[in-house]
This record gives sequence, structure tokens and C-alpha cells, in this order.
Amino acid sequence: MLTELLGFPPQVLFGQLLLGLINGAFYAVLSLGLAVIFGLLNIVNFAHGALYMLGAFAALGITQYLGLGYWGALIVAPIAVGAFGIVIERLLLRRLAGVDHLYGLLLTFGLALVIEGTFVKFFGSSGLPYPTPKALEGGVNLGFMFLPWYRAWVVVASLLVCGATWFLFERTKIGAYLRAGTENPKLLQAFGVNVPLLTTLAYGYGVALAAFAGVLAAPITQVNPLMGSNLIIVVFAVVVIGGMGSIMGAVVTGLAMGVIEGLTKVFWPEASATVIFVVMAIVLVLRPAGLFGKTA
Amino acid sequence: MKFVKTLSAGVSALALLASAASAEISDGKVKIGILTDMSASYSDVAGPGAVAAAEMAIEEFGGQVAGAPIELVTADHQNKADIAANTAREWGDTGQVDTFAELVTTSVAMAVFEVAKQQNKIALVSGAASSPLTNDACIPTGLHWTYNTRALAVGTGSAVVAEGGDSWFFLTADYAFGEALQKDVTAVVEKAGGKVLGSVKHPFPASDFSSFILQAQASGAKVIGLANAGADTINAIKAANEFGIVAGGQSIAGLLVFLSDIHALGLEVAQGLQMTVSFYWDMDDETRAWSKKFMEKTGKMPTGVQAGTYSAVRHYLKAIEATGSDDTDTVLAKMREMPVEDMFAHGGVLRTDGRMVHDMYLAKVKAPSESSGPWDYLKIVRTIPGEEAFGTLEESTCPTK
Repeated sequence: MLTELLGFPPQVLFGQLLLGLINGAFYAVLSLGLAVIFGLLNIVNFAHGALYMLGAFAALGITQYLGLGYWGALIVAPIAVGAFGIVIERLLLRRLAGVDHLYGLLLTFGLALVIEGTFVKFFGSSGLPYPTPKALEGGVNLGFMFLPWYRAWVVVASLLVCGATWFLFERTKIGAYLRAGTENPKLLQAFGVNVPLLTTLAYGYGVALAAFAGVLAAPITQVNPLMGSNLIIVVFAVVVIGGMGSIMGAVVTGLAMGVIEGLTKVFWPEASATVIFVVMAIVLVLRPAGLFGKTA
Repeated sequence: MKFVKTLSAGVSALALLASAASAEISDGKVKIGILTDMSASYSDVAGPGAVAAAEMAIEEFGGQVAGAPIELVTADHQNKADIAANTAREWGDTGQVDTFAELVTTSVAMAVFEVAKQQNKIALVSGAASSPLTNDACIPTGLHWTYNTRALAVGTGSAVVAEGGDSWFFLTADYAFGEALQKDVTAVVEKAGGKVLGSVKHPFPASDFSSFILQAQASGAKVIGLANAGADTINAIKAANEFGIVAGGQSIAGLLVFLSDIHALGLEVAQGLQMTVSFYWDMDDETRAWSKKFMEKTGKMPTGVQAGTYSAVRHYLKAIEATGSDDTDTVLAKMREMPVEDMFAHGGVLRTDGRMVHDMYLAKVKAPSESSGPWDYLKIVRTIPGEEAFGTLEESTCPTK
């Protein structure tokens, strides 16, 4: 009824909802990584988009030179890029502990520019193709749309990873330490827990999540040095809407924003790049701590 | 006393003579400013390759013209009109730059036109494609070299309609260029008896095209016209491929596709695509020889925008060589008088509306089995005579033509 009123056949609307959910899955995984990092390190990780791009390039390299294929890359690339993240944390971010948020933001933003600039220099801006894995080629006709198997897999994989992360943080001992570290790192240290190690691991994990999203994205978009720079701003808006540092908030908001953006692409395509920021502005006015954030 | 007077008069006369000799070349050098996208969506289409192409033109002159050294400065405008305009203004006001070149992205070209008009400097547009640049938005010193949206429409648009693609749906980049391209193609399609069923404007740049592709699919149009460029075109073609557009009986018409896009997509995905090009490296001995040199310099084969930058800069320098002056009006008059003759254009004519009229080519992307290796991607299907591609001067709506 509503769809008829709006002048769009229901098929179109269902299709767009599903596509929105697929894009939302990327937002969810990326904003989850950001939330984990912000929660533990209090750093606004602007290098997240560049690390997502590194994940895609790592997948390409692993497939071409190590011959591991997509499935191997899906596991190895996040580990490799996560390890790179650990190096960043140990060498650079550690030195900013205790200073204003702004310094971390500037450092990671600079890092992103350096990483992306270097990749543009060597690989150009058009990117490189990454084939869809053989097992996930083709798709299924759902009646209202043709759903490529690969896109379906993206949603499943993202939700699995988000679920696992939630479990890790909310239901395990390590998760309890991590949450305690967020609340009061000094006290936790006094109990004999190695807080610096925890922080390093958390950063590595957040980065690995970004890389995982990068591998997932590789067959869909080109493996492009700039693939993260367009996405990162949107993902930050998602994190702000969900509430900085809230894991559940990041996931739910990511999916929801994907859907809202998807619908905007039908009703007012020109505004689809802006709609999430409009939502962000409204949320900030009404609930400054974000939808799922704890008000201080 | 008299002796001193005579001497000083002699010295000043000499000084006057000397300054008269070099006054023809302002500041004693010819300075070319390349404003291009060095790092974002269009940096493979133009970017560092366009700079390399301009350098090749300068090298042909041995780095000197009319006894003065040639200098090249470059800046990254990041596809932002304000950055481009500010840089151009600074270059013109205090940087002694004589001409602005390349200028990919329509909004950039239009912003730089404004500066070039105020400063009475030549703007050599290669990368920006919109036909308004030599129509409503023209300036007396703005030259549009490589192609325009009208030529693309005449080339690809007509070819697709002739093959039965008579109903269209556009995916259009939401800025001046996308709009111009859609408008020009619509005119061609409607003139040939086809019709346009709808369009969707997507943000520039966009990364996910699945939603727009689905809307195009639902429109039932036979042809989905991509009125965008660079990374946007690549992503749209990939999404169309993924969502089974071609298998479903619809076809994709990339209205502005570059060699670099084909290289990025791979022939498996791009095969069969029709594209209108101003230049292809493998056309004759001259283009092959030049492109080989370009390849040695950059590691890539040139796009039309890059080859066009070479041609524009070369022709500009030729006019300075012929007149011994870098005065804008003198050079411009000479550039119009001389035919453009190089590996890019043969007998090219520079019109008073700023349009450089030369032949364009309709090409088809080869199947993987037809290609002998990297960069062997196109076969030229048809030569489109310059006037057919760009229209006549009478048709131009440029007020200062």
C-alpha cells in the first residue's frame, strides 16, 4: 500500500532493502573495528579506511603470489594487516597515550594519507580486478531481484564476525578485562593485568576487522587505493550515531544506516551521500552520546 | 658632461633594444601550468600521465622556444573547483604562468576558465569533457582539445541506437559533466527515434552501484547508459556484470570509457563494450612510436586525455616558436591559423569558439581471445569525421565565437 503510494513497485523496494542490508554489513564490520579501538585506546582511528584498503590489497597479493585463493586470503589477510596494525600501535600510537584525542586523530589521518598516496603512486586510481571466488559465482532469482551469491555471503560472513566479536567482548574473560580496561586501566593494572598488551591486541583486532571487510569488498568493488577514503567518513558517522565505543551500537547502526542509505538511493538518489550525516546531526542534537552510548 | 649624456643615452638605447628583444617572451620564459587530478578518481585518466605527456612535448622543443626556456609546473586540484581556481589565480598573478593546461573535471575547467578570462591567459582543456565549455560556458581564450560530450554521444550513442538500442536509462554522475553527457546523448537518441525512459543521478564519486543498477534494471530499458567516468564507470560495469544485466537482455553503454578503465576491468568483463575515443595507441606507426616512448616513461599506455595534453601543449609551443611571442592574443591567432598536425590529430582545426576539431573513432573492446596481451584492447570500428563529431561552428552557442 505504502509503496504504491510512493510510486514504487514493492519489488524495487525489497531489492533496495536487501542491498541496503548488504552495504550495512560493511558499515557494521568497519564501525565495529572503530568502536573496539575507540573503546580501548580512546583513539579516533582515521587510518581505518586505509587499513580496509590494505586488506583488499593483501587479499590480491596473497591470491596472486601465495596461491592461497580467496578463502585463504580471508583468513591470512586480516592476520597480516592486523600484525601491521600492532606495529603501528607499538611504534606510533603508544606515544600518544594520555594526550588529547586530537593528536591520535591527526596521526592516524596522516598515516591514512601516506598509505593511500603510496598505493596510488604504485597502483593508480583505477584499481585492480579481483575475481569472485568460483564457489560463489552466479546468484539466485528471488522474484523481486537477482541476488548474487557473493553478496549473500557478505551478509552472512559479516554477521558471523560481528556475533563472534560481541561474544568475545561480552561473554569471555578477555572481554571482561578489555571492558574493565576501558573503564579504569590503572585499577586493572594494579590487579596484575598487562593493560598495554591488551591495548595492543585490541588495536590489532580492530585493524584485522577492517582488513576482513576489505577482503570481503575486493570482489565487489575494484581493489582500489581509494576504496577506503570514501567509506571512512560514512563509517565514522555510523559510529557517532551508534555511540562511540558501543559494540552492539556499532553493529545495529551499521545495518540500519545501510538500509536508510539504500532507500534514499531510490527516493532521492542525489542525497544518498548525505543522508547518513543528516541522521548523525539529528542524533547528536537529541542524544549527544549516540543511540546506544551511555550518557556520561 | 656632454660625453656623459651621450653615453647614458647610448646605454639606455641599448638597454631598450635588449628589453625589446626579450619583451616578446614575458618574464624571459614560457611557463606552462598543469592543473590535474594527481591522486583521486581521474588520476589514471589524466594525472601523472598528462604531466609526462606535456614533458614529452617540451622535450621535443629541447626545453626551449623562441630563445626562452620552457618551464612546467604542476598541481593536484583533487577534482575541486575552488582548489583549482585558487591555484590558477596564484600561478597567473605571481607565478608567471602563461597557460593553464589539462584541467580534467568539468567543474574545474569552468572555474579555471573564469580565472583565465580575468587574466587573459590561455586555458588548454584536455580532460574535462562537457560540451558547454565551447558553447554557453565558452571564453575567448579557452581551448577544448581532446573530445567533448557531444562527440561521445554521436559516436557511442548513435552506434548503440543503430544496433536496436532504442530505449535508454541513464546512470548519471551528479555534476555538470554527467548532466552534459546525458543531455547530449539524449539528443542523439531522440533524434534517431529512440526514447529515454528515465535516469538516476548518483553522487560523485560513488562506490556502490548495485542500487542504481537495480533501478535501471527495473526500468526495462534496453540500454543502460553510463553518463559518468573513471572509477565510477568501472564500478558500474562491475555491478552490472554481477547482477546479471547483460544476461537478462539489457546492454550497457559506457559513454565515456578510457583505455585505463579497460585495463582495470580486464577484457573478460569489458569485452564487446563500444567506446568513442579521441586516440588509441595502436592506430599507425606515429601513434605507436609516441606511445612506446610514453610507456617507457610511465609504465602505461596513454589515454586520449594524455595524448591530447601532449598535442595541445605542442601546438601552443609551435605557435610561440612561429611568432616569437608568448602574448596571449598573438599566440592564439597563430594557433588558429596553423592546422594541428601531430600524432594525435591530422589537419585539426582550432575554431573561434575554442573547439579543436579533429577526427574521433568508434572502437570496440576485444574479446580475450583476440587480444595479444596487455594494452591490446581495442579495434577501431569507424572513423567519425571531425565536423560530424563536434558539429559546425554555426551550431555552437558560444557568444564570443
